[in-house]
Amino acid sequence: MKKQERSGGIFTSKAKMIQMEMDRYFSFVDQGAMLLEEAVKKYLAGNVDGFEEKTKEIDAVERSADELRRQIKHRLYAEMLIPDSRGDVLGLLETLDNVLDVAKHVSTHFSIETPEIPAFLVEDFTELTETSVKAVLELTLAVRAFFQEVYRVTEHLDKVHFWEHEADTIEERLKRKAFASDEIKLFSKKVHMRYFCERIALLADEAEAVAERLAVYAIKRAI
Amino acid sequence: MGFAGLFFLSSGLYMGWSLGANDAANIFGTAVGTRMIKFRTAAFISALFITIGAVVSGAGAAKGLGDLGAVNALAGSFIVSASAATTVLWMTRAGLPVSTTQAIVGAIVGWNLFTGNPTDQTALTRIVGTWIYGPILGAGIAFILYFIVRFALERMHIHLIRLDKYTRTGLIIAGIFGAYSLGANNMANVVGVFVSASPFVDITVMGITFTGIQQLFLMGGLATAVGVVTYSKKVMMTIGSNLYKLSPVTAIVVIVSTATVLFLFASQGLQDFLISRGLPSFPLVPVSQSQAAVGSVIGISLAKGGKNLNLKLLGNIVMGWIMTPTSAALLCFIALFFMQNVFGQPVQM
Repeated sequence: MKKQERSGGIFTSKAKMIQMEMDRYFSFVDQGAMLLEEAVKKYLAGNVDGFEEKTKEIDAVERSADELRRQIKHRLYAEMLIPDSRGDVLGLLETLDNVLDVAKHVSTHFSIETPEIPAFLVEDFTELTETSVKAVLELTLAVRAFFQEVYRVTEHLDKVHFWEHEADTIEERLKRKAFASDEIKLFSKKVHMRYFCERIALLADEAEAVAERLAVYAIKRAI
Repeated sequence: MGFAGLFFLSSGLYMGWSLGANDAANIFGTAVGTRMIKFRTAAFISALFITIGAVVSGAGAAKGLGDLGAVNALAGSFIVSASAATTVLWMTRAGLPVSTTQAIVGAIVGWNLFTGNPTDQTALTRIVGTWIYGPILGAGIAFILYFIVRFALERMHIHLIRLDKYTRTGLIIAGIFGAYSLGANNMANVVGVFVSASPFVDITVMGITFTGIQQLFLMGGLATAVGVVTYSKKVMMTIGSNLYKLSPVTAIVVIVSTATVLFLFASQGLQDFLISRGLPSFPLVPVSQSQAAVGSVIGISLAKGGKNLNLKLLGNIVMGWIMTPTSAALLCFIALFFMQNVFGQPVQM
């Protein structure tokens, strides 16, 4: 991961500074999701070292995001900024954090439990991960729009809902395949597949949960 | 000026206090209620610009009120002002968007009736007319302003944090305009009835003459400042969270449209300009700030599609048109009777 950029010099106004910090926070969420996609793909390809490296990167991004979120929260209160919508913004940042948490959980649990993914499920797992990540990336677009072009929030939110629904469909298909399969002999292994499948899809579910909140905040923000 | 003079001025001081406590709160209510602006800043701006507005441009509306009936004895002025003040107090308790203007007009008519002075029908029609077009004008201006602001915000892509900064500046500028217009238009309600019976004499200090009328307006301004400092915070907190909830941006629209209405009915310069161009002008009379504000809020509701339109507010305005002047006139008539016959004070020259 590239080194974090410093947010602004001494001539940067407080407003500009916090704006930059928020943008960086949303980038962290994007990065977390994209890194997870990379990690899962490497895992499925059997590249354990590459996977472990990505897992570490996700950890680092999650930690940096946490720290940044606390800093933004502190700044919003200390500088008495946006008193009217401060609660909404902080709620948004906190629920976005859940998305990153899920990404971290998934990669960590892949690393700990090293599930055996049979070849006939690899494609489905890849597709599920890609779709869930698309939901997250669309969500951060919606969040950015909320701050700058509030009337565009809805179009992004519609896409978040679309990808979440797609992820649900793939999730169900994957589970059915796993449980109907004769190739996976042990019931416990079938359950293991279900667990990971649900974990990955949770990323899209969390994205949708944030989207639901955002839809309300966007209505409140319209003058 | 003796003790009696001061005593008789007290009702005017109370009216000034009430103007500061209630009407100034209308200007900065949302700003302070939503903590966008510190109360201290709001209080300072209100007190300063209400006084400036009163001294610079207050005479026009005061004359408009004087045309209705020139209360020319101090005891009479006291009763007129006190009856109006009491009516305002009652109406506020009843939760109606009360108008100081309507109270004072009713009380003056009461004085006219009691003393047998004719009420100038033209002046009365002119003033009563503004009660109707004040809120309508407020609604119209707010309606248009709302669309302009929304159009601009949709196209300028201002970040929420930056918008917050601009909104604070906007609230302060709008507040200055609001306070100035309030002083210019509504100080007439506070000191207008004392103009013909002013106990102040001209003072000349180092070659500068400070007229009795100016001293009167200054005193009104000071009473208003006291009202702002002592009581308006409480009212601001109520308006910011209770009566009608506005976002800080819509609050700017309401303040500006309300202030524009008051300004139109108070500016001598504008009137001269319009007349010189042969255009119809606005009469210089005091109009009700709270009703112009309610009109503005209704204008915004309409601009939003009329879904949140609170018809009860509209009903309250109409009720205020009837209740306020009637009660003030009746109260004034009765009080004048007591002042003249029980306390033996002359209520007219």
